[in-house]
Amino acid sequence: MSDALKSLDRFSDKEAVLQVAERLRATAQGHGPLQFMEFCGGHTHVLFRFGLRELLPPELSLVHGPGCPVCVLPRGKIDSVLDLLDRNPDVILCTYADLLRVPGTAGRSLLRCRADGATVRAVYSPHHALDLAQQNPHRKVVFLAIGFETTTPATAITILEAQRAGLTNFFVYSLHLLTPPAVAHVLESPEIREHGTVQLDGFIGPGHVCAVIGTEPFEYFATEFQKPVVITGFAPVDMMLGLLALTQLAREGASGCRVENLYPRVVTRQGNTKAKAIVADVFELRRLSAWRGLGMVPYSAFRLRPAYQSFDVEHHFDIREFDTRDHPACLCSAIVRGVKKPTDCKLYGTGCTPDTPIGSCMVSGEGTCAAYFASGIGLPRRKQNVTPMSTAKT
Amino acid sequence: MCLAVPAEVLEVFADDRAKVDMGGVRMTIGTAFIENPQVGDWLLVHVGHAINRIEKDEARKTLELLTELFSTSTERHDE
Repeated sequence: MSDALKSLDRFSDKEAVLQVAERLRATAQGHGPLQFMEFCGGHTHVLFRFGLRELLPPELSLVHGPGCPVCVLPRGKIDSVLDLLDRNPDVILCTYADLLRVPGTAGRSLLRCRADGATVRAVYSPHHALDLAQQNPHRKVVFLAIGFETTTPATAITILEAQRAGLTNFFVYSLHLLTPPAVAHVLESPEIREHGTVQLDGFIGPGHVCAVIGTEPFEYFATEFQKPVVITGFAPVDMMLGLLALTQLAREGASGCRVENLYPRVVTRQGNTKAKAIVADVFELRRLSAWRGLGMVPYSAFRLRPAYQSFDVEHHFDIREFDTRDHPACLCSAIVRGVKKPTDCKLYGTGCTPDTPIGSCMVSGEGTCAAYFASGIGLPRRKQNVTPMSTAKT
Repeated sequence: MCLAVPAEVLEVFADDRAKVDMGGVRMTIGTAFIENPQVGDWLLVHVGHAINRIEKDEARKTLELLTELFSTSTERHDE
């Protein structure tokens, strides 16, 4: 890495983290209890990986939100994809590695499906799926597109490039989701009220989502729900500065219910207008979409616009819907809502481990259960120090 | 999933591609979302595409804010 880029390493400086932690302790003193939700799985990962949880003052507790696209994918979607592969053996299925081990019915996953003979490829970028389509003109290449607003632009531009290249064997199955409706849903859904919810005094907003969509979509949310929102980055210093700013806003009361951007090196109010325009050209909103743990969330997912239907899996293939239930003991649904902790789950660390995941929160390195497991929380000593983070992440 | 990595532009190609250095790894990425990328720019890369520029001035400002925070907390100790 160049020396210039190395200056960004200062955002990981231990002394700086400790200094901010001290300031955070002083700021929170006498103002608790405060409960914040970090929406993004990336932030959850940073909290655990750098031991930041240990530095938090006693007044402050964190609830880990539903911001991991793998964790909130309903199991039935995995079954739909497995069914598609079973009926179309000529398909080359490409997706991000996070998704390969997520179990559908009876523990069957894409990885298992590959062992049974299907062609399943883990790709780093949708470009690689496009390359495969060009290299295999006689086979159909299906790109299983998953992710939040950070990931959607890459899928959109790849569809435009496939169109430019005149490809007829490249298809996209869009499982892309939007974050602001999910954040709103965490607070307002009657379904969630029924299942119990947690008191939240503020949100740490998703930094890289905002790099694309900007901070503006969260302004409505801050005013409407009267909660402070702080957008921050993913280095340990960013995370601690974000918590400090959020504590200050929460102390302010009503006047603190606004969006503060602590990640200005990447995030602006408007976001990346070029990326947003390309996404708007290729995708449109689905009226209603299922999220694991959140239920049906209106206008929270993208599908391809009719103009691009020749690349749309849902247009080209017959996709069957499956209403697959979670394992009866699995608490993933409550965990992504922040109502339960991994250690409340009977399966955690026993039947469900990163090697043999039952619930999606254990599959993804950013899932709350995987983060707990990597830190050895609630595990007998012999199971500690096993890192599930070795799986390729996108 | 939304993990994104800082990278420095080494070479700009036609068709919205650029060669970047990502912590020692050199690779070609898509730059369709970046207005006029230049050699030496810092980009934030996610799934093989730059999703935004990293503004050096803003990075510096945040670090300065941190230094400021340090000096005030040191003052507090001195009091």
